[in-house]
Amino acid sequence: MIRLEALTLGYGPRTLLDAVSAELPAGTLTALIGRNGTGKSTLLRALAGLGPVRGGRVLLDGRPLDATPPQELARTVAFVTTERVRIADLRCRDLVALGRAPYTNWIGRMQAEDSAVVAHALDRVGMADYADRTLDRMSDGESQRVMIARALAQQTPIILLDEPTSFLDLPNRYELCTLLARLAHEERKCILFSTHELDIALSLCDAVALIDPPQLHLLPPDEMIRSGRIERLFGSDTVRFDTSGGFFRIRR
Amino acid sequence: MRSRTALLFAALTLAAVALFLIDLTVGAVAIPLREVWAALRGGEAAAATVKIVRDIRLLKAVVAVAAGAALAVSGLQMQTLFRNPLAGPYVLGISSGASLGVAFFILGAPLLGLAGHGALASLGIAGAAWLGAAAILAVIAAVSRRIKDILVILILGMMFSSGVGAVVQILQYLSREEALKAFVIWTMGSLGDVTAARLALLLPAVALGLALAVAAVKPLNLLLLGEQYARTMGLDIRRTRQLVFLSTTLLAGTVTAFCGPIGFLGLAVPHVARMLFRNADHRVLLPGAALAGAVVLLGCDIVSKWLTLPVNTITALLGIPIVVWVVVRNKSIC
Repeated sequence: MIRLEALTLGYGPRTLLDAVSAELPAGTLTALIGRNGTGKSTLLRALAGLGPVRGGRVLLDGRPLDATPPQELARTVAFVTTERVRIADLRCRDLVALGRAPYTNWIGRMQAEDSAVVAHALDRVGMADYADRTLDRMSDGESQRVMIARALAQQTPIILLDEPTSFLDLPNRYELCTLLARLAHEERKCILFSTHELDIALSLCDAVALIDPPQLHLLPPDEMIRSGRIERLFGSDTVRFDTSGGFFRIRR
Repeated sequence: MRSRTALLFAALTLAAVALFLIDLTVGAVAIPLREVWAALRGGEAAAATVKIVRDIRLLKAVVAVAAGAALAVSGLQMQTLFRNPLAGPYVLGISSGASLGVAFFILGAPLLGLAGHGALASLGIAGAAWLGAAAILAVIAAVSRRIKDILVILILGMMFSSGVGAVVQILQYLSREEALKAFVIWTMGSLGDVTAARLALLLPAVALGLALAVAAVKPLNLLLLGEQYARTMGLDIRRTRQLVFLSTTLLAGTVTAFCGPIGFLGLAVPHVARMLFRNADHRVLLPGAALAGAVVLLGCDIVSKWLTLPVNTITALLGIPIVVWVVVRNKSIC
């Protein structure tokens, strides 16, 4: 569960979010949408404990973020960044095993239980057959799945993903988001991911968090469509939002 | 995969032992292996042979093992920490920093009318090299936090090296013949200048550096994914940086202080280790690079004795093709 209490975030002199409150329960997949530069990444980074918080506070599974030591935080929230990881000679299994870092000893020795968690994580994302492949020989879709397996191996109740679909082709985007939805529902995880794919956000997710600077609106997809906020934020001279269908049309 | 790793470790260890023994036989006077063995074991051998083997060649071979391992491990740590295949104590200017420290000590101290002797002098050289290496490392680290571009860091390292070169030239210009000669010989890199007294300082410093590197194995593995990922997996990034910097300063600084700037080894050997072990895990790479470094420097020492050339000319000639290969293979590094 993620709980924002009057959270204020900023970047340099700009205030991106001003005293935002929201609650994302366990077992839900939430899409974070908003225009470029409105603070999607900043919010995710702050929730992962990587970025500064200007005001208010964040509760992760009931614990204040700023009072959680790094090791404990690593067992509470996992993060998949936009960075494309391409490391020669690093096998998928070893990469996913890095997710066990918060649980292993000083040199990272894997116990039988850790290996079982890694195998299960690879299986969940459908990459069990790729365990011995190295990352530099995989497609973007495949390596993104492995990065998600790494997050799963961290066994955290909360998973954050920054634009996980950005390098993927259309079928892969839908497959990845269906996978995230399955993980949220079946493993009771609270998953929040940022995306520019409004159709995915509105059709596959349990909730949509829209950044309307400096506010954040959290609504179920159908209510978000009816609210008219999407049209107002994303509509332009060239595109308009079709409220009945939930997608954009080119203006003619 | 397991068996490949075990086999490689066995082969590298065997190569290290073999080269170590060969290193003892090669020199101005060729001594057959049988006599070397006798001299080592205290068996029947001419007194002169015993002296050469035990006091000169054994010392030098031990230094080669320690220096090779130290430079390779420091290079490996730099490459992972900066996520840069071209990082290494030499390229980043850390060796130059150490050189500057040593130059100030060898050339500067006489200018100021100070002259150390024996143990004090070796401690001074080591201390000066550590300070110089640590100073450059601190600047590189500060800049690399703000600027992520690999090219900028590399150019910066080159500029440091050039700047240091200029300062050293000024010192040389001002110096007397005696100090100048000592310094020029030092810059050529020699494993033979290490006396037993200096070895007593070199070995513990290198051992401590290696121990710190071992303590950094798990953080280094996490850093493969970059700083952000490492932090979300519970890594204390500041502590890790301090640990790695301390280790690198001890390893590269000490070796540079006593053996002169030995180039390319720290840059090239980690790549050789990666190529051999086909593994990114530092639990394998770190001992692998250390062993490979020892093997390579022993080999270079043997070649340099055969050709009677300074050892750093050999490491450079050997290292450059490897570095070129890395650059060509890694076209996407920038």
